[in-house]
Amino acid sequence: MDIMLAVAPIVIPALGAAVYALAGWRRATTSVATVSAALSLLAAALVAGRVVANGPLSVAGLLRVDAVGAFMLLVITAIAVLVAVATPAHLAAELDARRISIRTATWHATLVQAFLAAMALAVTAADLGVLWVALEATTIITAFLVGQRRTRAAVEAAWKYVVICSSGIALALLGIVVLGHASAHSATGAGLDWAALAGAAPQLDPGVTRIAVVLLIVGFGTKAGLAPLHAWLPDAHSQAPAPVSALMSGVLLSVAFYAVLRVKVIADGALGAGFARALLIAAALASLLVAASLLIAQRDYKRMLAYSSIEHMGLLALGAAAGGPLATAAVLLHVLGHGLAKSVLFLGAGRILQTTGTSRIDGVRGLATRQPALAGAVGAGVLALLGLPPFSLFASELGIVRAGFAAGIGWATAAATALVVVIGAALVTHTGRMLLGTAPEGPGAAPAPRPLPRCTATALIIGIVGCAVLGTTTGPLTVLLEHAAATLGGTP
Amino acid sequence: MVEVLNIAAGALLLTAVLVLWRREIAVIVRVFALQGVALAGLVAVLAWDEGSAELAAVAAGLLVLRGGVLPWLLRRAIAGAAPGQRESRPVLNVAASLLAAAALTLLALAVSAPLVALSPSPAARAVPIAVAVVLIGFLVLVTRRHAVSQLVGFLLMDNGITAAGFLTTSGIGLLVEVGVALDVLLVVLVLQVLTGRMRETFGDTDLDELRELHD
Repeated sequence: MDIMLAVAPIVIPALGAAVYALAGWRRATTSVATVSAALSLLAAALVAGRVVANGPLSVAGLLRVDAVGAFMLLVITAIAVLVAVATPAHLAAELDARRISIRTATWHATLVQAFLAAMALAVTAADLGVLWVALEATTIITAFLVGQRRTRAAVEAAWKYVVICSSGIALALLGIVVLGHASAHSATGAGLDWAALAGAAPQLDPGVTRIAVVLLIVGFGTKAGLAPLHAWLPDAHSQAPAPVSALMSGVLLSVAFYAVLRVKVIADGALGAGFARALLIAAALASLLVAASLLIAQRDYKRMLAYSSIEHMGLLALGAAAGGPLATAAVLLHVLGHGLAKSVLFLGAGRILQTTGTSRIDGVRGLATRQPALAGAVGAGVLALLGLPPFSLFASELGIVRAGFAAGIGWATAAATALVVVIGAALVTHTGRMLLGTAPEGPGAAPAPRPLPRCTATALIIGIVGCAVLGTTTGPLTVLLEHAAATLGGTP
Repeated sequence: MVEVLNIAAGALLLTAVLVLWRREIAVIVRVFALQGVALAGLVAVLAWDEGSAELAAVAAGLLVLRGGVLPWLLRRAIAGAAPGQRESRPVLNVAASLLAAAALTLLALAVSAPLVALSPSPAARAVPIAVAVVLIGFLVLVTRRHAVSQLVGFLLMDNGITAAGFLTTSGIGLLVEVGVALDVLLVVLVLQVLTGRMRETFGDTDLDELRELHD
């Protein structure tokens, strides 16, 4: 029973992919993705219950779900539900506009299911090698989704995405090889199993482990969109279709960051807390600086959201650098809150792009008067990203900042806070211009108001309400977060 | 035994430097295939040394994948290019490239010192060479403006990492090894398809054309 539960979040979307590959995208199969996501979410919730009650679930030494993995499964499946609900309207609009064919829609649905299965495998793998294979598989699967529109820009984005992510993550593979070398000579028999490695960390050769940790953090950090190897992110996220951007920004980045969190536990055990902390602070401040400097004069709203994702990954890195139970719980809560808010925003941005035909910020005016529901959701999403109450990012950002000061990295936390304020101001200015004011008249103006499709509206509302509810109470998630923080936050 | 191992490792580094030196893409692909053979030879030597049938099978698999399938895919990717587009125009000239390769090899020696110190076996002593191949591959990746030669840079990195894996701990587990090989094969396939689309939309595979997206 436990074993079936643990593999369900991988197997269900894999079956969904098979259904779409065989039956294609048609009226009868539009709800397969929603059913698959809902069943996976149910399985993830049951897994989380089991993990809290009985400790980690293990499957044949290959998969292991502990509290952190169970939490990540919840994040993946919850956002998969949002995206699955909104996808039929998105694809229908693309098909109506003849931008894609039925064949492309079939590819889209199949690859998205495979993408979800690969992410679920990544967070349940017991072995760093399997985790690597699953993460690299996500790059390959999403490459065609990024390049789906086949325009010059889409092909360019797909090429950069595959080349930068694959070579960045190749560094992580070298790191795994080096860590395997240290592990093989430590006589602990840990291999590449991350739980065993975390336990055996004090016996690992520090010189070799140091090389491995640098490679692993830079490598997995590339995939998580952390500077300096973040260049693929704004291109890929702005060119991918909206539901895919929502998954890439809301979940994929965090899944890669999950790998960084696992590495940090091993690094802390082998080298003390200072080494990984220094690397993560550097990555965090560099990412925030990149996001701030490129957001101020940003002209494209999808790229604006992409840079905001770099900002939030930087905040996660800062929280991970602080370490300790408070920071770790805040980091994980931030992953969920950011995932919900960012997928709402990317889904909303996709709808804006479909109705206005432009992704330029100055091409969209007076959205609030023409499409009030959409404008309301986007506005609320941006307020959530800024970390305003009642949204959960308020609680998690506060937690990260408090933990940063408590951990003695006050200077870095202060610098990060200043950058977050700059980024917030830029986001407010850009979105304000899009939502407020009067709509432009004459040629090139936005077409007549179009009602928001019911399923898109549902997804946007669930996301916003979910993010707000999490900000007031984490409810049953509290225990899971405590367990997860205990697993990751061994060293204060 | 040690001599054969050193010859194979030397061939690995030599082919990497040759890729950096030559500009003609057809030649680069041929050199890359040679490197695949050298890598398979290196693993075969280790298999012989340890009397391991599993490693021998891995060596055979590497020979097929990196000496045969991947170069064949690369040749297919350049087959459609017009004659004028079969040369790569590197950002660095030959002399600077070779100097950089020398510097990167020294860097690899310095960086991998702790790895060698941990287990000074003949195989582990060759690890710096594998790391040098990774670094040279990275240099090819960032200094070449042609899609296929960039792809070769990525594959050089991967050959270096695979070599490092076998020289340190006889690989990273058969399951993961197969997964990695599959991932690399798929990356090449994806990039081959993208090269075709690039030719469709840009009429060229020169990456200088990729400047639609920027801030």
